[in-house]
Amino acid sequence: MKDSNKVIIETKQLTKKYGDLLVLDSIDEVIYEGEQVAIIGPSGSGKSTFLRCLNCMEDPTSGSIYFENVDIADTRVDINVHREHIGMVFQQFNLFNNKTVIENIMLAPVYVATKKLNKEKRINFFRKIANVFRKEKKPLIEITATKKSIIENARENAIALLQRIGLEDKADVYPSTLSGGQKQRVAIVRALAMNPKVMLFDEPTSALDPEMVGEVLDLMRDLAKDGMTMVIVTHEMGFAREVADRVLFMDGGVIAEQGTPEEIFKNPKNPRLQEFLSKVL
Amino acid sequence: MTKIKDFFKKHWIDMIVITVVIALLALLCASIYVQFNFEKKLNIFYKNFIDNEGYKEVLKGLGNTATIAVLGLIIGIVIGTFIAVIKVIPPYKRIVRYMQKAVSIYVAFFRGTPIVVQLLVGYFIIFPLLRMKIAPVDASVWIFGLNSGAYISEIMRGGINSVDKGQLEAARAVGMPFSTSMLKIVVPQAVKNILPTLGNEFIALIKETSVVGYVGAVDVTMAFQYLGSSSYEYMIPYLVMALIYIILVAGISLIVKIIERKLAKSERQ
Repeated sequence: MKDSNKVIIETKQLTKKYGDLLVLDSIDEVIYEGEQVAIIGPSGSGKSTFLRCLNCMEDPTSGSIYFENVDIADTRVDINVHREHIGMVFQQFNLFNNKTVIENIMLAPVYVATKKLNKEKRINFFRKIANVFRKEKKPLIEITATKKSIIENARENAIALLQRIGLEDKADVYPSTLSGGQKQRVAIVRALAMNPKVMLFDEPTSALDPEMVGEVLDLMRDLAKDGMTMVIVTHEMGFAREVADRVLFMDGGVIAEQGTPEEIFKNPKNPRLQEFLSKVL
Repeated sequence: MTKIKDFFKKHWIDMIVITVVIALLALLCASIYVQFNFEKKLNIFYKNFIDNEGYKEVLKGLGNTATIAVLGLIIGIVIGTFIAVIKVIPPYKRIVRYMQKAVSIYVAFFRGTPIVVQLLVGYFIIFPLLRMKIAPVDASVWIFGLNSGAYISEIMRGGINSVDKGQLEAARAVGMPFSTSMLKIVVPQAVKNILPTLGNEFIALIKETSVVGYVGAVDVTMAFQYLGSSSYEYMIPYLVMALIYIILVAGISLIVKIIERKLAKSERQ
């Protein structure tokens, strides 16, 4: 609730079951634009599942998820269009192994832009045919982009992003040669290349060597400063405390307590949260 | 000197075995040469092969074998990939479940019957029923393609399953649909994983094409059969035929190995 009260993601009665196991128990939660939300909690509490439900990586069993007022849990909605605006960063990086670093970053923007271009061309084609029979001609869509320009734009953007993380010399290598911290930073800028409206981080530093955690957290801190809306599942309590506007403590499939970092870390009220903090701090 | 002595001490049994085997082989060759009148047979083969232009038939057969195997493999890879992708789609929708049933029946049929039976049924029943006049070689291409598609689908499915699940997830997370993610990210990695197996499939395919004579296509086997039956001297033609198959298979193994090494390198830059 930093700059505005514009809601980006809202979950209503979000429930997820694996067979009989209840992982998420009808969660109602709102993510506002520009805020950084950290989700903490013991393992098995459903925090990763909750995060993965936010872009429908896991289909919720029931309930709805509103992303910019569209229920993306509805199977009739084209989820891919909405996922373009939701960046996601994984614990295991998941860079595309068969693509170079720069191809990794360019792939999705080029795909989306090409899809849009083809759609416009298709519409124009049918309009041209229809215009033959129309008295009032419908104007054609003006197409300025070409395939070449799309790729060039994506490349420029990708190089700029790589410069931001200081890895422009690694543009043409394959991900298998990068260190864990470098991989995760590339994964973050891969998500950034789509200009997402919200970024989801699924334990971004848990698979990293301790000495590489810092570089990834620095980049995330940068993003937070730029006002990116972020939802972060993390075990880095120090980071959550420093960066987050709001901390959610999840336990047993529900959000057991939430508040500002001050409230959560200084005066935890929930006994489970007190126990959890005493173990991890 | 001591080294050589040690070597002999260590390997004396092997030495004896190897000597005996070589001696036996030499004996066998000599007896074949004498008993079967080898020289005369060679002359007959030479006359048939060169003077009577038997090599033309063999070259044609070689071309047909290559056509059937290569086109069959390409059709097989396309069909196999398609089937494998269908099999790994999460079966939420009813149409997906029906498609999965259908492709399982397809695979069960083509893996459950011998290729000769498929050739005969295809060439003498299915194609005539469809009112299609088709040359034996073309029919063989299609049937071998369909057949290897069933086998390759299983190989490909293993390959797709061997790719880390996170790859598909990451592709979906940036907004690419299932089909594009599969095509651009998962299948290329799967193909790399299964390339040695795919090479084996190709080798098996080349050897299996030797039965297309059943429907009247002239492949290497048929060419040499003609060559042998024209003089009733089968020994040399059949030995040469075996040699040609061995050379073909060895060549393909080499190519597969080179490709494999190149692909492995591309990731280790």
